[in-house]
Amino acid sequence: MAEELKLFRTWSSPFSLRIVQALKIKGLEYDTVLEDLSNKSDSLLKYNPIHKKVPILVHNGKPICESLVILEYIDETWKQNPLLPQDPYEKAMARFWAKFGEEKVLVSIWSAFTSQGKEQEEALATTANNLKFIEEQLKGKKFFGGEIIGYLDLAFGWMANLVSIFEEISNLKLVDAELLPLLSTWMDNFSNDPVIKELWPPRDRMVEKFKAMREPYLNKVIV
Amino acid sequence: MEEVKLFGSSYSPFSRRVEMALKLKGVEYEFIEEDLSNKSPLLLKYNPIHKKIPVLLHNGKPIAESSVIIEYIDETWEGPSILPKDPYERAMARFWVKFIDEKCSAAMWKAFASPGEEGEKAKEEAAQLLKFLEEEIKGKKFFGGENIGLVDISANFIGYWFGILQEIAGLEILTKEKYPNLCKWIDGYINDNFVKDNLPAKDKMTEAFKALAQPGFSGYKPKV
Repeated sequence: MAEELKLFRTWSSPFSLRIVQALKIKGLEYDTVLEDLSNKSDSLLKYNPIHKKVPILVHNGKPICESLVILEYIDETWKQNPLLPQDPYEKAMARFWAKFGEEKVLVSIWSAFTSQGKEQEEALATTANNLKFIEEQLKGKKFFGGEIIGYLDLAFGWMANLVSIFEEISNLKLVDAELLPLLSTWMDNFSNDPVIKELWPPRDRMVEKFKAMREPYLNKVIV
Repeated sequence: MEEVKLFGSSYSPFSRRVEMALKLKGVEYEFIEEDLSNKSPLLLKYNPIHKKIPVLLHNGKPIAESSVIIEYIDETWEGPSILPKDPYERAMARFWVKFIDEKCSAAMWKAFASPGEEGEKAKEEAAQLLKFLEEEIKGKKFFGGENIGLVDISANFIGYWFGILQEIAGLEILTKEKYPNLCKWIDGYINDNFVKDNLPAKDKMTEAFKALAQPGFSGYKPKV
């Protein structure tokens, strides 16, 4: 009996894209359910009643939520082309940096993108500090996973797409190639990797979308 | 001979989780009690990014973040499994730990520590979020089933710390009336022979946290 694999996602969600990338690396076939988050389907609400978000992977009727949890599930269920390192210490490091990416890097970059004035200056300073740590992790490596793309590359993959989009919209410099040469190179390598390249959502639509998302923050009155 | 060291704090639920994991596996380790108002140079060397405890040092290599450390412990040492074996069950355990730490406990801390409107909102949020855990524990002795597992270990803040904070602040969020199943789990949890050896003494904890909830205190930020 064929396995049933379904991915609930949106056209633009960077978290969902991690799963699309992972499923492609593993060579898995699956059905896609494209969601409109302003009008969530009954299925989405049934499969993710707590967070009501995408992505959701449904495997033989059983749902898994939270993109980093889904990545580990995929890696443990299908053993070809491993995403996480085998060594427990290297695995721990990958998990540690993925958490750092979610809780610190993503937060500071989003804050810099959506704030102004002093708040923005602080967010940019925090971002610069956070990115220095990431830069160090790339020493001697092409990808975070080593020679080939792995879990941590997928976890940071949003940067390879969104940083230039945010920079274009806000006129900020988030990743300076002179200060962060390894990270800049990684962003190019990841973006242009043959497996990843064709999966990026249309750039013009992304620029339009994030411009619109930024608007309400700009209209906030600064007292 | 293996060298295992844990930089931690006796009052920190995150630190205690890691100790529970080590003890479940029967790992011998040296515990270094950190003064969080005066962090040691070693702690800052081993966790320069967050400068927090707990940090596990195994043969000179440091690991930070309690959830990451616990998975490392489960993968490195023999003994009772902390995470389930089945990939789907593992995913569910990781999902619940994330929910407990990032949503539930966060709202519960705020309900205790934040003054005014922020605190009120947090109380409502915590009440809603706890309902999901109430549902999840129904019919089970522990979140891990018959024995404690990853989720039970990671829910120590809910199982023990919050009860004390609730008393200090005069809150009535987590009550038997509203959450009968969750409170039953709490009873089983804090009286479990293994778990109770890994909880700090109630009187000492009450004193420590009371000191932080003085009138005029603008809000408690977890020191860890």
